Amino acid sequence: MSLLPKKPVIDEEFVKTASHVGYATVGRRLLGSVRQYKAAAIATPLLVLGEVVFEIMIPLYTADLIDAIKAGADLGQIVSTGAVLALMALISLAFGAAAGLTCAKASTGFAKNLRKDMFYNIQTFSFAVIDRFSSSSLVTRITTDVMNVQMAYMMLIRTAIRSPFMLVLAFAAAYSMAGWLALVFVVIIPVLAVALFAVIRKVVPVFRRIFRKYDALNERAEENLAGIRVVKSYVREDYEKQKYDRAASEVQDDFTYAERILALNAPIMNFCVYTVMVFVIYAGSYAIITTQGQQLDVGQFSSLITYGFMMLMQLMMLSMIFAQVVMSEENARRIYEVLDATTTIEQPDDPVLEVADGSIDFDHVGFSYSGDKSREALRDVDLHIASGEVIGIIGSTGSAKSSLVQLVPRLYDVTEGTVRVGGRDVREYDLETLRNSVAMVLQKNVLFSGTIKENLRWGKADATDDEILEAARLAQADEFVQGFPDKYDTYIEQGGTNVSGGQKQRLCIARALLKHPKILILDDSTSAVDTKTDRLIREGLRNYLPETTKIIIAQRTSSVEDADRIVVMDSGRVNDVGTHEELLRRNAIYREVYLSQNKKSHDERELDELEVSSDE
Amino acid sequence: MSRNMHRGRAPKSMGRTAARVIRMLRGFYPVMLPAVAACILVQCVVQAMPNVFMERALTVVGQYWESGDWASAQPQVFANAAILAVLYFASLICNAVWQQCMAIITQGSLKKFRCLMFDHMQDLPIRYFDTHQHGDVMSYYTNDIDAMRQMIAQSLPQLFLTMLMLVSVGCIMLWYSLPLTCVVVGGAVVMALLAKALAGRSAKNFLRTQRAVAAVEGHVEEIMNGEKVVKVFCHEPQVEEAFDRLNDEYEAAARAANSYANTLMPILMNMGNLLYVLVAVASGVFLVVGTPNPSISGLPLTIAVAVPFLNMTKQFANQIGQISNQVNSVVMGLAGAERIFELIDEPIEEDDGYVELVACTIDADGTVRECGRRDSQWAGRWAWKHPHQADGTVTYTPLAGDVRLFDVDFAYEPGHTVLHDVSLYAKPGQKVAFVGATGAGKTTITNLLNRFYDIEDGKIRYDGININKIKKRDLRHSLGMVLQDTNLFTGTVMDNIRYGRLDASDEECVAAARLAGADDFVRRLPDGYDTMLTDNGAALSQGQRQLLSIARAAVADPPVMVLDEATSSIDTRTEAIVQRGMDALMTGRTTFVIAHRLSTVRNSDVIIVLDHGRIIERGTHEELIEKRGTYYQLYTGAFELE
Repeated sequence: MSLLPKKPVIDEEFVKTASHVGYATVGRRLLGSVRQYKAAAIATPLLVLGEVVFEIMIPLYTADLIDAIKAGADLGQIVSTGAVLALMALISLAFGAAAGLTCAKASTGFAKNLRKDMFYNIQTFSFAVIDRFSSSSLVTRITTDVMNVQMAYMMLIRTAIRSPFMLVLAFAAAYSMAGWLALVFVVIIPVLAVALFAVIRKVVPVFRRIFRKYDALNERAEENLAGIRVVKSYVREDYEKQKYDRAASEVQDDFTYAERILALNAPIMNFCVYTVMVFVIYAGSYAIITTQGQQLDVGQFSSLITYGFMMLMQLMMLSMIFAQVVMSEENARRIYEVLDATTTIEQPDDPVLEVADGSIDFDHVGFSYSGDKSREALRDVDLHIASGEVIGIIGSTGSAKSSLVQLVPRLYDVTEGTVRVGGRDVREYDLETLRNSVAMVLQKNVLFSGTIKENLRWGKADATDDEILEAARLAQADEFVQGFPDKYDTYIEQGGTNVSGGQKQRLCIARALLKHPKILILDDSTSAVDTKTDRLIREGLRNYLPETTKIIIAQRTSSVEDADRIVVMDSGRVNDVGTHEELLRRNAIYREVYLSQNKKSHDERELDELEVSSDE
Repeated sequence: MSRNMHRGRAPKSMGRTAARVIRMLRGFYPVMLPAVAACILVQCVVQAMPNVFMERALTVVGQYWESGDWASAQPQVFANAAILAVLYFASLICNAVWQQCMAIITQGSLKKFRCLMFDHMQDLPIRYFDTHQHGDVMSYYTNDIDAMRQMIAQSLPQLFLTMLMLVSVGCIMLWYSLPLTCVVVGGAVVMALLAKALAGRSAKNFLRTQRAVAAVEGHVEEIMNGEKVVKVFCHEPQVEEAFDRLNDEYEAAARAANSYANTLMPILMNMGNLLYVLVAVASGVFLVVGTPNPSISGLPLTIAVAVPFLNMTKQFANQIGQISNQVNSVVMGLAGAERIFELIDEPIEEDDGYVELVACTIDADGTVRECGRRDSQWAGRWAWKHPHQADGTVTYTPLAGDVRLFDVDFAYEPGHTVLHDVSLYAKPGQKVAFVGATGAGKTTITNLLNRFYDIEDGKIRYDGININKIKKRDLRHSLGMVLQDTNLFTGTVMDNIRYGRLDASDEECVAAARLAGADDFVRRLPDGYDTMLTDNGAALSQGQRQLLSIARAAVADPPVMVLDEATSSIDTRTEAIVQRGMDALMTGRTTFVIAHRLSTVRNSDVIIVLDHGRIIERGTHEELIEKRGTYYQLYTGAFELE
C-alpha cells in the first residue's frame, strides 16, 4: 500500500465543523466527564468561600489589634484580640488547605476521566474515523490538551471563584472601614482591569500563532535527527545548522514580541499599587487628622493598604485565568473532537451470534474511504468464495487488495452492495462474533510490548502451552523462538524491534492461527519470509486447517500459485479470476507479474533465505 | 522504556547546574543581565521604602491628629507623599526595563540553547544516534527547553528579587527594632522549613507525574500504531484495562503533586498571619512593658514604629511564599538544564584527517595541478592533496574511486567483534555486492567506508590513501550513499534533490531526476519540482521517495556509491523503475551494494558472501554457482519451489 500516505492528515472539513460548535456544547460535553468528582468540584468553591471570608476579616481584626496597642490597652486585651485573630488565621488555613485538596482531587480526577473517555471512545472508532486523526495528534490530545484543560479547570473552580469574591468583599470591608477613602479603588480597579485585559487580548492570538511555529521548529529537529545519516553522508552539517538557526531566530522573534507585551503586566500592576499607596498615605493622613481619628484610625490605615493590595492582586489573577481559559479553548475543542466522534461501524440491534461457515460473498461491492462515490477504491466487485476455499489475490500497489479484505471483518463498511459471510450480511453480526471468526494478518504487522507468549495469547486468551506451540509450529515460528534464550518468554520490545521482519510476520501468523478462525486472511504477510518457509506455512495451513477459508494476498505469484483460485485486482476492480495456469494463459496482468518475477528463468529469484529486514 | 528514564529525573547536582546556567546566561547577555540585576536592586530598595514613609506619615499624624490641624500637617505629609511618588516612579521605570529585558533574555537564551544543542548534535558521531532513541533526543528540544523557559523567565528574577527584598526589608527592620526582627526572622525560618518540606514533596510528585505521562503516551502510541490488530482480535477491553492502570497512576501522581502545591499557599499565607499576630502581641507587650528597644536607629518602640513593622512582617512572610512558589519550576528547570548539558557535553566526532579533496587539472602526461573551482580550465576533475609532514612536500593523487580493505576487524562495543578479518578491493568502476543474512555485517562494512565508525584493526585505503588520513568531510563528499530508509527533508522536491550538491543548477537537478527515473512522476505532481514535501515526503509513495533519494545521490556525482537496497515490499512495476534508477546511478562508479535481491547481485564484478562478520565466499555469480557453496545453496533455496 505504498501509495497511501504514511501519516493520515486531519480532515480539514472535519476540523472545520468542530470549530463551529458553540462553547456551551464543547463545555457540556467535556463536563460530562466530571462524574464521581462532582462533589469535590462543588466543595472546592464553597471551601474557597469560607477561606475568603476569614481572609477578609483578618485585616479588620488586625486594625483593631493595632488600635488596641496604640490606645495603650492592657496586655489582656491585646492577647485576646490576638487570639481571635490567630483563630481566624487557623480557620482560614483549614478552609484553604481543604479547598486545595478537593481542587487537586476534582481537577486531576476530571482529567483522568477525560483521558479515559477519550481512549475508550477511540477504541470504538472505526477506521473511517481513525484515519481523520493522526496517531501523534491523538497522543497529544490525550496528554497535552487534557493537561491544559485540567489547569484551566483547576483555576476555574478555585481561583475564578476566589478572585471576584475577594474583590467584592475586600472592597466592602475597605468601604465600611474607611468610607470615601475606599473610593480610590473604584477609580483604580477599572484602570487596571482595562489595561490587563488589553494586554491579554493582544497576546493570546500571538501565542496561538507562535505555538504552531514552535511545533514546526521541533519537527525540523526531529526530521534532522531521523535523517542524520543523510546529513552526514552529504556533509550537510553546516547547512542544517544555518537552516535551523534561521527557523529558531524566527520563533525567537515572535516569542520575544509576545513576551514583551506580556511583560507590561507587572509595571501596570505596580503602577496601580503605588498609586494606591501614595493616595492612602496622603489622603489617609488627611482623613485621620481632619476627623481627629473619627473616620479612620491608624490601625485602619495599613489595613486599607492590605485590602487595596488584595484587590489588585485578584485582578491580576483574574487576567491570568482569563488568558489560561482562553488559551485552553483550543485544547478543549481538540478533546471535544475525539469525544464527539462516533463510530461509523455500528452494532446491529438484534445481532447474529453465530457464523455458519467460512463462505464469503462480495455482492456488487463498491467502497470509498471518504464515502465520496467519485473516489471509489473498489468498484462493483462481485466475488463468491466457498467455505474452505484457498483464494490468492494478486495486483499492483493501489489496486485495492487490502481494501477488499478489510471489508470482511468490518474494519470498514461497504459504500455499495453487500459483503456476506456465512450467507449473512456482515452488518447483521455481532461485531465480536464476526471478528472472532475472521483472523486477519495485516500487511502492517504489529507485535506489542510483552513476551512472545503474551503476544500469541492475543489470539486466544486461555491458550495452553501446547496450543501455542502448535500454532507457532504451523507458522514456522517455533524453530527460531526455541533459539532465543528465553524461548516463548522472550520479551518483545515496543514495535517488535528485537525480532526480524520475517520473524515478526511468522509470529503474527501464529497469533492469528490461535483464533481457530473460519476465515483466515493473510495480507501480504509473508513478504519478508523466504520462499521455502512461505511454502511450508501454506502447506501447513492446507493440511491442518482444511475447513478454514483462506485468502492470501501476495506480491509474488509463487505465493498464490497453488491456490484454488487466484483473483487479479486492477485499480479497484476484479480483473480476472482463475487458476494459475488459466491466468498465465489468458490474463495479461498476471502474466506480466509472473514474467517480471521469473524473467531470466530462475536467476532472478529473490534471495529469500536471507530474511531481509532492517539490517544491523 | 527509556523515555521514562529520561523524563522525570531529579537533578543530580543543582548547585553546579544552576551556576553553569547563570554563567552561560551572563555569557549570552554580558550587558543586559547585569542591567536587569541593577534594576531589580533599585526596585527592591524602593519597594522596601514605603515603610519608612509610613512611619514618618504616622509620626506626623500622631503629632496633629488630636488638634485636627490639617493646615500645619499638610506640607509635611505632602513632602512625604511626593518623595514617595518620585521613588515609585523610578521603581516603575526599573521594573518596566528589567521585565522587558528579561523577555528578551529568556527567548534569546532559549534560542541560543536550542542552537547550541542542534549544532552540537550535528557534530556528534553516528554512534551517538545509534545508541540513543529519537524520542529521548527530541525530549531535549521540547520538555527540557520548556522547563528551562519557566525557570529563566520567572524563577531566576523572582528569586533574586526575593533575596534582595529579604535583605532590604531585614535591614529596615533592624533599623527600627532588633527584638521584633528576631521574632520575625524566627517565624520566617519556621515557614521556610515548612515550605521546603511541602514544595519538595510537590516537586518530587511532579517529576513522578512526568514519568507517568511518558508511560501513558507510550501506551497510546503503541496501541494507535497497532489499532487494526487490536480490532481484528477484539482486544479493546484488555487494551483499555492496561490504559486504566497507567491512567490511574498518572492521576495519583498528579493529584499528589497538586495537593502539595495547592495547600502550600494557604498554609504559608496564614502562617504569615499568625506571625503577624505574634509580632503584634510581642510589640504590644514591648510597648506596654516598655522594654528597651535596641536598634540601629535608636528609636524607641512607638506605635509609629510598630505599624510599619507589622507591614514589614507581612512583606517578609510574602517573600517566603514567593520562594516556595518557584521551587517546582526551579527543580524542573534545573533537571532540564542538566539534561541539556548532557547533550552539549557529549564528545563530538573527531577528525584528525589532513588529506583534502581539491579541484585540479590533469595534464596529458598525468601531472596533477591544483586549481580553483572557478578556474576556466577546470574540467570537473578532483584530486587528493596529501601534505607530508616529514619533508613538507605535497603529493596529488587523482580521485579515482579505488577502495581496498585489508584485514579489517570491527566491534561496535569492545569485545563484541562483528567483522573479522575482512579484506576486499574494488577497482574504479567495479561493482561489489554484499550478500548475507541479517546481522552478517553488510551494513557495518559500509558504515566503515565513510567512517561513521572507525575500524579496530586493519586498514582501509581509498585511492591508495589510508582513510584515517582523509578529512572526514572530503571522504564523505567522495562517497555517495543511498540508504535503506529514505529520508527527505521539508522543502520542495528541487530542494531535496539539490541536497546532494548545494550549488547544482536547476537544470542539473532535473537531469539527475531524469537519470534516476524520477522526472516523470515529479512533473505529474501538483507543483512539479516546486511541490512542497513535508513529513518525510509523506504524500509520496515509498517508491517515489526512493527515486528522489537516488536523484539526490546522482546530483552529488561521487566516484564511489554505497547502495543499501530498500526491503519494503513495493510492487513489481515500481521496483523495476527503482532498479533502473539504481543501475543508471551505478554506471561508471565504484559501487557497493547491500543486496536484498538477486537481480542486483548477478551482474556484480564480485559477490561477497558474509556470515557472522566473516567473508565465507567471494567471486562472480558464475564462479560462485560453480563452487556449489553457500551462495549456491541460498540460490537454489529459491529453486526448490518448482
